[in-house]
Amino acid sequence: GRCYLLSCVRLFGRATCLAIIAFDELKTDYKNPIDQRNTLDPVVLPEYLIHASFCVMFLCAAEWLTLGLNMPLLAYHIWRYMSRPVMSGPGLYDPTTIMNADILAYCQKEGWCKLAFYLLALFYCLYGMIYVLVSS
Amino acid sequence: MSQPGIPASGGASTGLQAQNGAASASGSPYTNGPVQNALMSSQVSVSQGYNSQLPGSYPHLIPAKTLNPVSGQSNSGGSQTVSPLSNYQRPGQAPYGPPVASHPGTPSLRSGPSPQMPLPTSQNPAATPMPSGSFLPGASVPSPSNWQYNYLSQTNHCPRASSQPTMTGNTNLMSPQYVSSGDSSLQNNFIKSGSALPLANPPLPTTFQPGAPLGPPPTGGPPPVRALAPQKLTPRTVPQPSFNSTSNQEGFWSYKFNGSMFTLFLATSQPTNKNPTMSRSVGYSYPSLPPGYQNTTPPSTTGTGIPLSSLNYPSGPQAFTQTPLGANHLTASMSGLSLHPEGLRVINLLQERNMLPSTPLQPPVPNLHEDIQKLNCNPELFRCTLTSIPQTQALLNKAKLPLGLLLHPFKDLVQLPVVTSSTIVRCRSCRTYINPFVSFLDQRRWKCNLCYRVNDVPEEFMYNPLTRVYGEPHRRPEVQNATIEFMAPSEYMLRPPQPPVYLFVFDVSHNAIETGYLNSVCQSLLDNLDLLPGNTRTKIGFITFDSTIHFYSLQEGLSQPQMLIVSDIEDVFIPMPENLLVNLNESKELVQDLLKTLPQMFTKTLETQSALGPALQAAFKLMSPTGGRMSVFQTQLPTLGVGALKPREEPNQRSSAKEIHLTPSTDFYKKLALDCSGQQVAVDLFLLSGQYSDLASLGCISRYSAGSVYYYPSYHHQHNPVQVQKLQKELQRYLTRKIGFEAVMRIRCTKGLSIHTFHGNFFVRSTDLLSLPNVNPDAGYAVQMSVEESLTDTQLVSFQSALLYTSSKGERRIRVHTLCLPVVSTLNEVFLGADVQAISGLLANMAVDRSVTASLSDARDALVNAVIDSLSAYRSSALSNQQSGLMVPFSLRLFPLFVLALLKQKSFQTGTNARLDERIFAMCQVKNQPLVYLMLTTHPSLYRVDNLSDEGAISINDRTIPQPPILQLSVEKLSRDGAFLMDAGSVLMLWVGRNCGQNFLSQVLGVENYALIPQTMTDLPELDTPESARTIAFISWLREQRPFYPILYVIRDESPMKANFLQNMVEDRTESALSYYEFLLHIQQQVNK
Repeated sequence: GRCYLLSCVRLFGRATCLAIIAFDELKTDYKNPIDQRNTLDPVVLPEYLIHASFCVMFLCAAEWLTLGLNMPLLAYHIWRYMSRPVMSGPGLYDPTTIMNADILAYCQKEGWCKLAFYLLALFYCLYGMIYVLVSS
Repeated sequence: MSQPGIPASGGASTGLQAQNGAASASGSPYTNGPVQNALMSSQVSVSQGYNSQLPGSYPHLIPAKTLNPVSGQSNSGGSQTVSPLSNYQRPGQAPYGPPVASHPGTPSLRSGPSPQMPLPTSQNPAATPMPSGSFLPGASVPSPSNWQYNYLSQTNHCPRASSQPTMTGNTNLMSPQYVSSGDSSLQNNFIKSGSALPLANPPLPTTFQPGAPLGPPPTGGPPPVRALAPQKLTPRTVPQPSFNSTSNQEGFWSYKFNGSMFTLFLATSQPTNKNPTMSRSVGYSYPSLPPGYQNTTPPSTTGTGIPLSSLNYPSGPQAFTQTPLGANHLTASMSGLSLHPEGLRVINLLQERNMLPSTPLQPPVPNLHEDIQKLNCNPELFRCTLTSIPQTQALLNKAKLPLGLLLHPFKDLVQLPVVTSSTIVRCRSCRTYINPFVSFLDQRRWKCNLCYRVNDVPEEFMYNPLTRVYGEPHRRPEVQNATIEFMAPSEYMLRPPQPPVYLFVFDVSHNAIETGYLNSVCQSLLDNLDLLPGNTRTKIGFITFDSTIHFYSLQEGLSQPQMLIVSDIEDVFIPMPENLLVNLNESKELVQDLLKTLPQMFTKTLETQSALGPALQAAFKLMSPTGGRMSVFQTQLPTLGVGALKPREEPNQRSSAKEIHLTPSTDFYKKLALDCSGQQVAVDLFLLSGQYSDLASLGCISRYSAGSVYYYPSYHHQHNPVQVQKLQKELQRYLTRKIGFEAVMRIRCTKGLSIHTFHGNFFVRSTDLLSLPNVNPDAGYAVQMSVEESLTDTQLVSFQSALLYTSSKGERRIRVHTLCLPVVSTLNEVFLGADVQAISGLLANMAVDRSVTASLSDARDALVNAVIDSLSAYRSSALSNQQSGLMVPFSLRLFPLFVLALLKQKSFQTGTNARLDERIFAMCQVKNQPLVYLMLTTHPSLYRVDNLSDEGAISINDRTIPQPPILQLSVEKLSRDGAFLMDAGSVLMLWVGRNCGQNFLSQVLGVENYALIPQTMTDLPELDTPESARTIAFISWLREQRPFYPILYVIRDESPMKANFLQNMVEDRTESALSYYEFLLHIQQQVNK
């Protein structure tokens, strides 16, 4: 089960990196908010769903500690998606408000925090995998 | 507000005169009517388009556009279209919003005979070529993300553009027009038109000169040669008819001059040949800084300054850096402090709460050296909440005051220097336009005041067209005017400038016909058809809709307009795209025909549904190849197709601040608006609805496409004459005012400051760039700023807004405003420089955002907290001894009053029956209005007018205008035996007391007694009495100060408008809101905690 985890964590990492890069581009003027929304929005829901499905897997595998570590993020994801602006399609970002400095800063911070979390999770999983390999 | 003797504008006159070229026609540069002198007015009246500069004339009344029947269009159009396609087709660039092609499918085209117009159906020929200036329908229109700035490499187009003959024509002696010759290398050919003498260096205070041993530069007048040359020029000049055609620069105070061609040789020869000598001989006038930066030295004999100049040079750049400036600034700030003891006063508001000045409140003057200040931007155009910028974010946080800018960038100006030159001088790294606040290190280099990069002065900039002297870059108009307009060369275009395109979309459902609005709108359009800003390329089109969408083919050659009905609203298509938007000139008769028949065509309709969403989509498809303005008239909640809405308002919950729907219920309108914005289409919404129409959702269509919203609650052609009149007046202004197409606005600020949030109607495309498909002169913008890096090593900061737009004549223009402000390091100085009106305006904008994202009560709390926090900050840090009472700095003495007024404003009030749509409309207005009008709607001015006298009156053009004092907004100030005029910006209300003197009734109102005052009276009769003359003079003076026409309502005790009048009495207590005194007590309690 750990191997899956590893790959998925990489995937997360990539999604978040994308987000960070995108927001940085936005801030430094390379991109316009609509393009940015178009790159990011399709990734958001898959990321959240994959994360949720892994939580389900942890639950099934009775990995309580890992699950416990991931629960706050899951809750955050749910909250974040519930409180998204009025939108017809899937997605999270509103191109008309994203240039607001507060929101932009928030999104960037969110990106960095998640990147850090996924990195830690990666190491945690590596450790877990090696531990399992060695002990078996 | 324009009054003579405002320090800013009055002081600027010397500076501006010099380059406007007519010392005789001075006057405050920006003020409207009142300050004009007769000479100036008579000069301008012919050539100017919309600006009101004549006291009696409203912009829309001047038929200036018809004076120049657009023959020159081919000229500008021609030369602009030559630019290769690559110029506006960026490969691989996907526009947001799919490229719109004409829809091939024709599912259910039922182009049917309408009752009045039996017309053939198969009129549509195979695709006709698109008119010039528009793209091929399928071509991907580039997203304009780098319209403005990224095209510098394409210098090859530059000469092409500059070869357009520029704007010469009938004489106008006001100021210079720069004509660039065809050859880009020889482009510094500037001709001075005016007869004015060049400005002598302004007198400077004696300051010390640290460091460099400066030779004494001459501060006396320039050599007589310079002064005389321009005058000699004038007789030689011959108006050239061939250029006249292009001379109609609509709307601006445009500067024309004669015979440009004659003098071209002057400049072309000078730079190369005379360079060595020139640079030396002007060396003595060196510190080539704008007057404000000039290190003062005693006036010296000019003549031969060559040895002295050699003294100057070695000292080099250091001598001209910011240091002397700082020194100047410091001395200035000291003198500033001593000059304004009033400003230092601390006021106990509980004791002296009547702080409202009896004359209109003037914005504070930044504490700058007067030479810099007189060059500064007019506060009506560009204003900062803190005229002294705090050095660090920490200091700003400590002051608890919002830092931000309030802009009115496209305001109609009486006087605006327009520069035509092939290279627009800008900083190489931050792209700032050269402005009065840059410093010239030496003659060849200038230092950007925003990023501090040192740039070279281009060769052609060395020639000063005003004095016609080489080597005076600091005297060029770009460096002498904080507000200036450039004619943009082709690097500033991504596509050929679009033609003016106007599309009108009318709701013709049963409900709409019932209101009878179509009559007045069509009539208004008919009346103003010739006044629509535009040229020979102007296009116009009409769409009507109920449950289906009706198009009108107006193709040239038809005998009657032809109606095409599309009933498939699920998948809207355009039946014959090329005949629906037609050239106004070619099809004028058909258009007039249509406007005459349109109101009758639907009188018997029984269709109650409204398919607004599909109609908007159709209109968008129709306009997307060109861009332009879409005016939508809607009278009810849209019920069919995409964008259908459901009623959300619950009347019982109106009064509570919770649970009201301020957010849109669908993102359809927002998305469509963004698509529109991408295709340079702006949507203006006219909502004339009796019932709830969900303006919160509908308004998005205008908000993000940079349009505006107009709302006429309960419009009915018979039952509500007041609204009918309002619609007529506003429509007239709307149709005839200036308009800029495909615009972008960028706001730059000195390194260290950054933009936090924008407020207004637009789409923010990047951190400092606003996309404005249309820009109109009645729109204001606000920007919140933050201090990102400490500004300790600088003493001045600057803000620059640059608005790039296409005028209705098809010219690409850039209007640049630059504001310069001092940086301070102590809290006391921050408070000293606070601009209470700007602060209130910015807070109102922030509060609207807060009400939408959080809740109304949150926003109200935030407003109150803003007062409490800033006053406690003042109390705890700036006041040495802790006194009891509510101590406020003089600059903020009206802060609590204005915030209280905001709390009682329609947007934020509670406890009343304000309809949701009205509240949302008020919020839209807060966001979109320029500060002056926002302040007037929030805190109207009250005057007593039954006893007007000539005491203290001002005199403008032989008219005496009485100046009654402004009264506090309290019923205490009213009395039953008087008459009071309330000026609330867009409306004027004249309340007549029951026991009002017979004199006033008969001499001014022209009625026998009180009971005979008509129920709805909106005009004062012109009687032959001094009282009547005074009152009318006063009211028309108030009206002249704004571009629109505020309607006057005469109110007596039983009038329905009386409630509106009394609602504005913000100092009084209402059922749900505190009185001013109670509010002060509350604040004091919180502050002294």
